[in-house]
Amino acid sequence: MHERTSALCRASNWRPWAGYLAAGSYDLYHDREYWAIRNAAGLIDVSPLYKYLIRGPDAVRFLDRLVTRNVRKCAVGRVMYTPWCDGDGKVIDDGTLARLGDDVFRLTSADPSLLWFHDNAGGMEVSFEDASASTAALALQGPNARKILQALTTTDLDGLRFFGVMDVDLGGIPVSVSRTGYTGDLGYEIWVEAERAIPLWDALVKAGRPYGIVPTGLMALDMARIEAGLVLVTVDYVPTHQALLESQKSTPLELGLEWTVDLGKENFVGRAALARQAKTGPEWRLRGLEIDWVSLERAYGSVGLPPVVPSTSWRTSVPVYRGNSQVGYATSGCWSPLLKKYIALAHLRGSVGVPGTNLEMEVTVEHQRLRATATVVETPFFDPPRKRG
Amino acid sequence: MSRSYDAVVIGAGHNGLVTSAYLARAGLSVLVVEQRSRVGGGASSEELFPGFSFDTGTHRAAKLHPSVASDLNLRSHGLEMVRADPALFVPDGEGRHLLLGGSASATADSIRTFSAADAGRWADFEAFTGMVAGFLSSVFSIEPPEIPDPSRSGMAALGRLGLGLRKLGRREMEEVVRVLPMSCLELLDEWFESEPLRGALAGISVQGGAHGPMATGTAFNLFRGAAESGSGSPTALVRPRGGVGRLSEALASAARAAGVEIRTDRTVKHVLLDAGRAAGVVLEDGTEISARTVASGVGPGVTLLGLSDPASLDPEFVRSLRAVRYRGATAKVHLALGELPRFEGAPSAEAHLGGAISISPSLQYVERASDAAKYGSVSEAPYLEAVIPTVSEPDLAPEGKHAMSVLVQYAPYHLRESSWNAAASEALGDTVVQTLGRFAPNLPDAVEARHVLTPAGMEDKWGLQEGSVFQGEMTLDQFFFARPVAGWARYRTPIAGLYLCGTGTHPGGGLTGTCGYLAARRILKDAKGQR
Amino acid sequence: MRVGREAAYDAIVIGGGHNGLTTAAYLARAGRSVLVLERRHLVGGSTVTEEMYPGFKFSVLSYVVSLLRPEIIRELDLPRHGLEILPLESTFTPLPNGDRLTRWADHDQTRREIYRHSPLDADAYDRFGQLMYRMALAVKPILAMVPPDPTSLSPKDLRGLLRLGRHFRDLGEADFFMLYKLMTMSSADFLDEWFETDALKATMSASGIIGTFLGPRSPGTAYVQLHHYMGEIDGAFRAWGFARGGTGAVAESIASAARSLGVTIRVNAAVARVIVRGGRAVGVALEDGEEIRGRTVVSGLDPRLTFLNLVDETDLPREFVDSIRRYRSVGSSGKVNLALGELPDFTSLPGDGDHLRGAISISPSQDYLERAYDDAKYGEFSRRPYMDVIIPSLIDPGMAPPGKHVMSCFVQYAPFALNGGWNDEKRKAFGDTVIDTLSEYAPNLRNAIIHRQVVTPQDMEDEFGLTGGNIFHGELSLQQLFFLRPAPRWANYRTPMRGFYLCGSGTHPGGGICGGPGRLAALEILRGGAR
Repeated sequence: MHERTSALCRASNWRPWAGYLAAGSYDLYHDREYWAIRNAAGLIDVSPLYKYLIRGPDAVRFLDRLVTRNVRKCAVGRVMYTPWCDGDGKVIDDGTLARLGDDVFRLTSADPSLLWFHDNAGGMEVSFEDASASTAALALQGPNARKILQALTTTDLDGLRFFGVMDVDLGGIPVSVSRTGYTGDLGYEIWVEAERAIPLWDALVKAGRPYGIVPTGLMALDMARIEAGLVLVTVDYVPTHQALLESQKSTPLELGLEWTVDLGKENFVGRAALARQAKTGPEWRLRGLEIDWVSLERAYGSVGLPPVVPSTSWRTSVPVYRGNSQVGYATSGCWSPLLKKYIALAHLRGSVGVPGTNLEMEVTVEHQRLRATATVVETPFFDPPRKRG
Repeated sequence: MSRSYDAVVIGAGHNGLVTSAYLARAGLSVLVVEQRSRVGGGASSEELFPGFSFDTGTHRAAKLHPSVASDLNLRSHGLEMVRADPALFVPDGEGRHLLLGGSASATADSIRTFSAADAGRWADFEAFTGMVAGFLSSVFSIEPPEIPDPSRSGMAALGRLGLGLRKLGRREMEEVVRVLPMSCLELLDEWFESEPLRGALAGISVQGGAHGPMATGTAFNLFRGAAESGSGSPTALVRPRGGVGRLSEALASAARAAGVEIRTDRTVKHVLLDAGRAAGVVLEDGTEISARTVASGVGPGVTLLGLSDPASLDPEFVRSLRAVRYRGATAKVHLALGELPRFEGAPSAEAHLGGAISISPSLQYVERASDAAKYGSVSEAPYLEAVIPTVSEPDLAPEGKHAMSVLVQYAPYHLRESSWNAAASEALGDTVVQTLGRFAPNLPDAVEARHVLTPAGMEDKWGLQEGSVFQGEMTLDQFFFARPVAGWARYRTPIAGLYLCGTGTHPGGGLTGTCGYLAARRILKDAKGQR
Repeated sequence: MRVGREAAYDAIVIGGGHNGLTTAAYLARAGRSVLVLERRHLVGGSTVTEEMYPGFKFSVLSYVVSLLRPEIIRELDLPRHGLEILPLESTFTPLPNGDRLTRWADHDQTRREIYRHSPLDADAYDRFGQLMYRMALAVKPILAMVPPDPTSLSPKDLRGLLRLGRHFRDLGEADFFMLYKLMTMSSADFLDEWFETDALKATMSASGIIGTFLGPRSPGTAYVQLHHYMGEIDGAFRAWGFARGGTGAVAESIASAARSLGVTIRVNAAVARVIVRGGRAVGVALEDGEEIRGRTVVSGLDPRLTFLNLVDETDLPREFVDSIRRYRSVGSSGKVNLALGELPDFTSLPGDGDHLRGAISISPSQDYLERAYDDAKYGEFSRRPYMDVIIPSLIDPGMAPPGKHVMSCFVQYAPFALNGGWNDEKRKAFGDTVIDTLSEYAPNLRNAIIHRQVVTPQDMEDEFGLTGGNIFHGELSLQQLFFLRPAPRWANYRTPMRGFYLCGSGTHPGGGICGGPGRLAALEILRGGAR
């Protein structure tokens, strides 16, 4: 794929991702790419994702032990988003789990996971294939995504519901298509043999031209995923296996992912700890913050400037206060061009994580650290009906 | 037939029997399930050839935990311990020999034939090993506290250990701490120069393990030997009259007297779970036996990864369990002899054969023997320790004949070039007979029948994982609070109601019954806490 | 008898090695008048760069900066005195089958390379690195403290012990247990729990055997590997690497710092003995008879050389002398330094790529290392030794004439107690073995050699005063670490003789270009008072 993306990447803006270089933005300014996701269709090379094929008579049993969601409820042709935890219920990684057959699954992850799979597969008849290098992945995200794909296939894509997966022939190339993505928009992820990735790219670009397809980089993607309230590993949480301190680790409950934890399952890694936490309630919660425009205006006004909003998403730790005490920290945020709001994802301690609570987030204005009012909100910030429709 | 008990014990090895007896004495209904048709596990005496009785597992017994000996009144159940005198006969292969463990003066005289300096140090050495052994015994006899963050009772236990150490005297305290992690070589370099003496001690320091005497941590086994023999001397040899199997029979008898039911020829298929806690066992024949408590005398790996579902355990725990090292490298060869071996230069009287015979002419000899194990092959010139109980108890063999039981090292469980098939087993037997023949030329022709028990054979026979006679190597990293797995040294397992009571737990080692005793105490304490 | 030219110094430091210089600098920094006496014509001890062949500079013995304490770099402002530590970024292990294993500074590149050998190992490598980083954090405070004596009841020692206990408790169970495993396990066993690629395990475990007389399968070797990760916590100071100008430049920079603080350094001044008056060290006598007074005398030499050569035994308690006599200091390594006309061209990765700019490790398999050790156990140098090779001239072009190169080969095992002893013939044979071994991987090497210097353990003792040729001033075995280094009760840099201190690698935290002993000794001297 690099052959195509590197030719297009006028910005020479490359970011390391899992041992590869991925385009941060193709244009010098990522605005057009962002709007493609929300307005037309963005084509994003997400091949660096780790992809594993899990097979065998015990595949369901294995996965049910590994992840927090109930894999038995995942029918063939369906996909689940799920985190997985260590024995203390702390999140190791998260990804999508696609059931490709009765005993065949594809799991994506941000970090290499083979060793952890092996650690958990004791006594089970299950095999793992690291398909990371042999499978390329393209995300086609945006309101026109379906029309573009439909132009390349006779299969009726209306039948592919949100979080469904199916095998499709796209312009003569056999691929696996899942109705998933990292933008919170209508979108698909296309899984293809690595050798066929370039013809697929070309076919998509050609078919997409009438629909405004735009090769899109990670900067635009990052803004879209913040609007969608989707967490990013190593940015919004520290994966357990990389944490140096106990306090750096998070449980799914603390990340606002309680909906992914099925305590009704008999056993899975971390269950006991999560059941305990479910009873007492998590000490931390990941929530959305909306930064109040007026207070931002006031902060900038105090030095004689009009309010300035970040042009790209940021991913540094920013303190969040209530009164004089720090009650949390925001881990990523951006100006949402679509919502016209300054939004952020933040870890908030205890009761301050209740939506509607007014807090303050630090903003740096002309070398001074000031604070702007921020209101706790539920995520996603942006959730269009077309995502599921 | 009742199918519900308060407790089920898996395996009628000596520790399982001790646990069962204590549980029954506390009023629990107890069933012991044993796969073989006899009790004892690796502490058995068996008639391998008509009229010949052999200690097929270990031929060394040990001083029982003091409580076990008195509480169970084993003497009344037929147990009589005897101390061999002399304990160890060490031919040097050049017509001379060393005799250890008789009277102090006789031992010194024997050592003097090799080194006057060593002879002068022997008494001090035994006093020293006795001192260290005394401290070790106090470590061996308690349940490991929760380290690194002990409870109040754990802190008290640690305090008592520390106090015991301090009472030895400051210099002695320093010495204990200093010598425990040493290699046997390093320890002996500080004491002795004569090779047969170094070889004999080196042999003791490696028994049951896979390391050679130059490996760090082997000195510990000398002190452990001294502690277990109960005499403070690492070379002392104790065994029950009639064979090691008598110990197991006495324990079984004591257990039955306390109300324990023992069923042999029953194999446990897996531990029964109910809502994540142990609820009994299922036998191979499908029988379900329910019990609130299950105690397993088999090793930690077999119990938790074989008899339980690893998927019910935390992966990090499974990882540490898988990391337990077993690496059996010990085999046994049993020989029916038409006549006693005649060692070159040995006296014609047979008193010197009444203890153990150690084929370990030098420390390097033992180390070289260990080299083979590193590369997955059998030593060509192995370290051997043989006993001929028929010297003192002629009725263990047909008249005029003898039964010789030989411990062989190193015969690693994992062979690189082959498996433990019949040919490999016979080749091992040949090597042993030839090796003995180099020291006692009449022996090869005196062999009337031969039986070889390989590490793989021990695994089949007694469920000893990888043929490890201790259900896990006796090394510093697998000792005390780290046995069998750090954090789980208190006989409990992550499965509530399932306990370990075999030698794979603290303190491990020989036939002291301590593991079984401490496990029973833990089970009873937990049961009390629940009420 | 000649009278010293100075009336008296506050402190005299015997030996201008990097630790002695460090002590001197710290003492002078606190306002003391200090004299350093060095026997050779240049400072540095084992940390020297010498032009052994015109235009070619060799780091004669130590060749990489391993663990130089960041606080020393900072407090003595060594960069201002010329210290530049350049990165050694990769470890290249050529394999006999024509393959290779290279670990690079770049994480992703390393992952790809390991993945090529084993996908599981690629994952494990990250997790292992993470674990080692945590372990390094766990031992860092221990390395930086004066070891408390657990047998002492003094408030200071009790405070130290309490601090240590609290530290272990605060580590938490998982990390404490891991640290315990690291301290007690063999590097081979420890790595076996994580990896399956033989060459990876071999190369990683090799770092655990450097300077020891143990094989990778001997317990106690796992811990030393940790030192490689210690540097990473202080990443900003880049404590791990190659000193520009060779390791001698490290000593030079400390010497320069010391001089700027007022220290007098005399070379060609061999100390014959310590002068004792009334049980107190009051100065030193040089070999030429000159006597110099000092209120404090500090020895940077190893403990055996210090107490068995410089001091009359009768001035020391017998038990202490016994301890020192038992202190093991047996060398196991040699050094071969080559002047090359061209770079070695490795069959498994031809050309002069970046793989030559880091360490080149001759450690193709664990068995290879273990067999190398076997030779040494029985008194021979390894027929195929383990080697850690660097080409300093690629990192610092000033080390050799333009286009030419110097190559430093650390070679193990070469036992000090070679059968028949070391002589010129054996030295040559040893050098040939090294060249033969390297030529198997880089055939052009043989003809590229312009000059070769072979340093045997005997040479290390004779030329550099390392007893037994041990590069760490005594083995880093468990019984010689922390509060036992160099002797129980005397791990606080003090000695039984008042006014006499130790500051060399024979004290905590031990060897390597670390400076820890020198700094801690100085701080202890400055604290003053009786113990």
